[in-house]
Amino acid sequence: MQIEVLAIGLPLLGAIIAGLFGRSITDRGAQFITCLFMIVAALISMKIFRDVAILGNDSVTIELFKWISSGTLDVAWSLRFDALSAVMLFVVNVVSASVHIYSVGYMSHDKCKARFMSYLSLFTFAMLMLVTSDNLLQLFFGWEGVGLASYLLIGFWNHKPSANKAAIKAFIVNRVGDFGLALGIMTIFVIFGSIQFDAIFSAAGDASNASFLFLGYEFHALSLACGLLFIGAMGKSAQLGLHTWLPDAMEGPTPVSALIHAATMVTAGVFLVARMSPLFEYAPMVQMAVTVVGALTALIAATIAVTQFDIKRVIAYSTMSQLGYMFFALGVSAYGAAMFHLFTHAFFKALLFLGAGSVIHAMSDEQDMRKMGGIWKKIPMTYIMMWIGNLALAGLPWFAGYYSKDLILEAAFADHSWFGEFAFWCGITAAFLTAFYSWRLLFMTFHGKSRADDKVIAHIHESPLVMQIPLAALATGALFAGVAFAPYFIGEHRIDFWQNSLFVLEHNDTIEAAHHAPSWVAQMPVFVAIIGIFLAYILYVVAKTIPTHIAKIFSPIHSLFFNKWYFDEIYDALIVRPLIALGRVFWKRGDEGVIDPLGPDGVSATVNVSSKTVGRMETGYIYHYAFAMLIGVVALLTLYLFKFYW
Amino acid sequence: MNTFPILSLITFLPLLGALFIFFINGAKQEYIDRSAKTAALFVSVFTFGASLFMYSLFKPENGDFQLIETFRWFPSLNISYKMGVDGISVLFVLLSTFLTPVCLLASWNSIKKNVKEFMIAFLILETMMIGMFCSLDIVLFYVFFEGVLIPMFIIIGVWGGPRRVYSSFKFFLYTLLGSVLMLLAILAMYLHAETSDITVLLNTNFPIQMQTWLWLAFFASFAVKMPMWPVHTWLPDAHVEAPTAGSVILAGVLLKMGGYGFLRFSVPMFPVATMEFTWLIYGLSVVAIIYTSLIALVQTDMKKLIAYSSVAHMGFVTLGIFTLTEQGMEGAVFQMLSHGIVSAALFLCVGVVYDRLHTRNIGRYGGLVNNMPKYATVFMVFMLASVGLPGTSGFVGEFLSLLGAFQVNTIVATLASTGVVLGAAYMLYLYRAVVFGPLDKDDVKKMLDLDKREITIFLPMIVLVLWMGIYPSTVLNTVAPAIKKTITYHDQGLERAEKEEKQKGDIQ
Repeated sequence: MQIEVLAIGLPLLGAIIAGLFGRSITDRGAQFITCLFMIVAALISMKIFRDVAILGNDSVTIELFKWISSGTLDVAWSLRFDALSAVMLFVVNVVSASVHIYSVGYMSHDKCKARFMSYLSLFTFAMLMLVTSDNLLQLFFGWEGVGLASYLLIGFWNHKPSANKAAIKAFIVNRVGDFGLALGIMTIFVIFGSIQFDAIFSAAGDASNASFLFLGYEFHALSLACGLLFIGAMGKSAQLGLHTWLPDAMEGPTPVSALIHAATMVTAGVFLVARMSPLFEYAPMVQMAVTVVGALTALIAATIAVTQFDIKRVIAYSTMSQLGYMFFALGVSAYGAAMFHLFTHAFFKALLFLGAGSVIHAMSDEQDMRKMGGIWKKIPMTYIMMWIGNLALAGLPWFAGYYSKDLILEAAFADHSWFGEFAFWCGITAAFLTAFYSWRLLFMTFHGKSRADDKVIAHIHESPLVMQIPLAALATGALFAGVAFAPYFIGEHRIDFWQNSLFVLEHNDTIEAAHHAPSWVAQMPVFVAIIGIFLAYILYVVAKTIPTHIAKIFSPIHSLFFNKWYFDEIYDALIVRPLIALGRVFWKRGDEGVIDPLGPDGVSATVNVSSKTVGRMETGYIYHYAFAMLIGVVALLTLYLFKFYW
Repeated sequence: MNTFPILSLITFLPLLGALFIFFINGAKQEYIDRSAKTAALFVSVFTFGASLFMYSLFKPENGDFQLIETFRWFPSLNISYKMGVDGISVLFVLLSTFLTPVCLLASWNSIKKNVKEFMIAFLILETMMIGMFCSLDIVLFYVFFEGVLIPMFIIIGVWGGPRRVYSSFKFFLYTLLGSVLMLLAILAMYLHAETSDITVLLNTNFPIQMQTWLWLAFFASFAVKMPMWPVHTWLPDAHVEAPTAGSVILAGVLLKMGGYGFLRFSVPMFPVATMEFTWLIYGLSVVAIIYTSLIALVQTDMKKLIAYSSVAHMGFVTLGIFTLTEQGMEGAVFQMLSHGIVSAALFLCVGVVYDRLHTRNIGRYGGLVNNMPKYATVFMVFMLASVGLPGTSGFVGEFLSLLGAFQVNTIVATLASTGVVLGAAYMLYLYRAVVFGPLDKDDVKKMLDLDKREITIFLPMIVLVLWMGIYPSTVLNTVAPAIKKTITYHDQGLERAEKEEKQKGDIQ
């Protein structure tokens, strides 16, 4: 057994031990084991990351055992370690280890600590299976597995109806995406006769002109396949249209939001598209769709974030917005840039969430920013962490987000297509809004006069060390991940770094082109970010009455943003209600109204009636029978005579 | 015929046990009940052991019928008692012998009146089920196929709920109607081929016109048994009224008789008609999946919800079988086996809470995770398997069936896939309402967690569900050769029919 297997196996083992034997090893034991296993797994992933990605060793695939073999379909459980999966391994295990440790402190008042740790480890395992898969079906296993873990963790406080509702919503909306992904996998199987990555990728070029008959229409085969895969990616990564579950997912404990709904699971869609880059490169129509959807998501999510008051929801919409950036980077073939943003974003967004968690923890579970304010002196460590996270998020120079976000915008501009340009301007606007809502959050939460009640204020305290250490680790990432790894992900070493795990057609190489973009393109994002911060300062520190006035003046627009563009309401009216009504109609009108009366009940009723009719003929009077016999004889005679004369 | 008749042994052991129980007597009713239960459980466990031994003799790499036993029954009519199993039926035999002791254990405390008779009925039912899957003579098959009906009818009618009489008659009427047509078809086949031996019939060439009628007659019977839309309405009623064990065996084994029949008779014996009617099957399957999933979404009765979900799941089976692709057909068999365990377990889960609170109304429960954590975990596993989560048995069957369908008809596959989304919706709704939420009802608060007996029942089922999900090769390797053989029969039949058509054309 190679050591690499441990990086994936240990979280599973931890989940099983904490889940099944949590009671006998006590909460402490469960916390200790899962954290220890995660730290070891994280160290191994760092080693893998160094070996495979930085040093450029050959990628390894370890086949464990057969999974499904039927006809020409042959799938094995296997682990593939190449640059792409090494990056993901690094992100997942490092962030997960931090969150595990943080949770020991954060969940200290909870009753079910072992169960929580078990779910976290289970999630990590599923995510690792997703990213190290060497075929689409195991990827699907991980894909649904993280969905399950997310469902369990969002609904962790299962006595809360809102948490249960959010959990189910997350699972079902994701299932809609999975429906697309599953069809995509089937399409790929039909096109290539295999769902093994190597087999698909080596045949992708030859299949670039193939066509495929789907739902009675002739499609460009690879466009169809990629389009269906993208539906799956949209669901998991909360892209516009299938995003409604993500904000509600904030019902889960905050460490969950940091790990699953910011750093790892929601980036699975980005990973999927990057992994399938050899196919997407031959599907320009889908790339265009990816770009447009990503750009719109980045912009619209940012507009919503500006108006929200729940600290976690602001960060959730910010996550959605940043995912939008990653997607339009994928759309313009800047896969390396998208992956780099995924990498840096994982650190600073997890940091922001855990920092927000620290605030919530200090404020006795208060999440509404209108009831905070003026607490920066009481929790200085958290305050500094939030500053670092926000600086990285806004993409100010030399913080992590600066390197990745800038490059994405440059690449979009350098694509020289209408949708690239569209994405660029959406991205610039979103960058402005990002800086604005980030500092709005900072000012509302930490500055000004305190708006909380006295009981809460008296109780404000800095988080324990066990929560501060993970924050510090993630802050290191938010500070240095950009500057340290930019040369590898997107700079001069990028060819050696990615090797064959990403594929870009030569004329699509936007990362190369981005380095030659005009200088105003590179300066623009920083410029608008500074304006955003300045504006937030004016509106939320200097002249605090202005925001309410603005909201009043532009009330239709404000309520559109504030109500999240009414997506939930529209879906409810157009899909959920009609389906439930249809179910009622089928049941009451179909089964009980038509099928039963015509079928069994009808038959038995008919038999009943006819037997009664027949029964009535048996009157018991001899002359009735004699009459009947007479008719019979006459009839037979007539028949006979007719036949005779015919 | 010089080997040990292991199949007959497995088939008739339960019947012998039933006979033995029949003679149990004593002064105290309590003593009789306990002896009858113990004896029945012992017999069924022994039968399960024997069937495992039988499986060890079975050679899965061979797609032919094996362990054949023949005994001249009506020599003058060329009807014989012939038993044998292939890779498809051997697994259904195992499923039947596995679920019977599970059912007996499940009714240990919940059946209180006529315990002795209940045990006898159940063991007879087991004999009939096993015999049906082992029969290699179509007349014998028919006897067992119909024989299953009688004990089931009695189990629902005697030990069922308040509306048991209506439900049992509905069940009986529906299934009998189809069976009568099948009997006519069997007679016609017999007259044509002059034998009732299934192995010979598989190579017999039925005229095309005749095939159509035969196919429809068999279809009538199997469609009711599956059940397919629109002849499914007996199932929710039967499930709701049946005692827990009855529901378990009904969902676990009896629903598989239709699918087994399609695989054994319709597809290989009437290939031309099969090709002609695939559109019908596709249509009905897709309607079943979407229609019943939507109905399941609005149910308030736990058993009805699972019953409707069964109809939807069986839609994947019929769809898979008639794709006539290896993946589709293997997926269908896998789905049947998986559903046999998962839906059986779900009915057991309902039984657990029903035993405690005596209501199936979903709204009466809530918050069970607090006082019944073990139950919550067990229920979760089967709920997820029913939803088709990868890593559980439910996924493999569903995915392979859909993959098969996708290769044949993308519209059908796409529409059927929507069932996967709807399936998640109604199962999660059920789980949330029963297990999650606030624990605020006093009688619900008093409910106790699973006891040792219940855990003994569930544990092997959980292992099976996960095993089949993670390492399905155990099953697929057994099924695959038999499926290939079935496809070969089908293709040969088509070829022969084509040749005949050509000859006819030449003569004219």
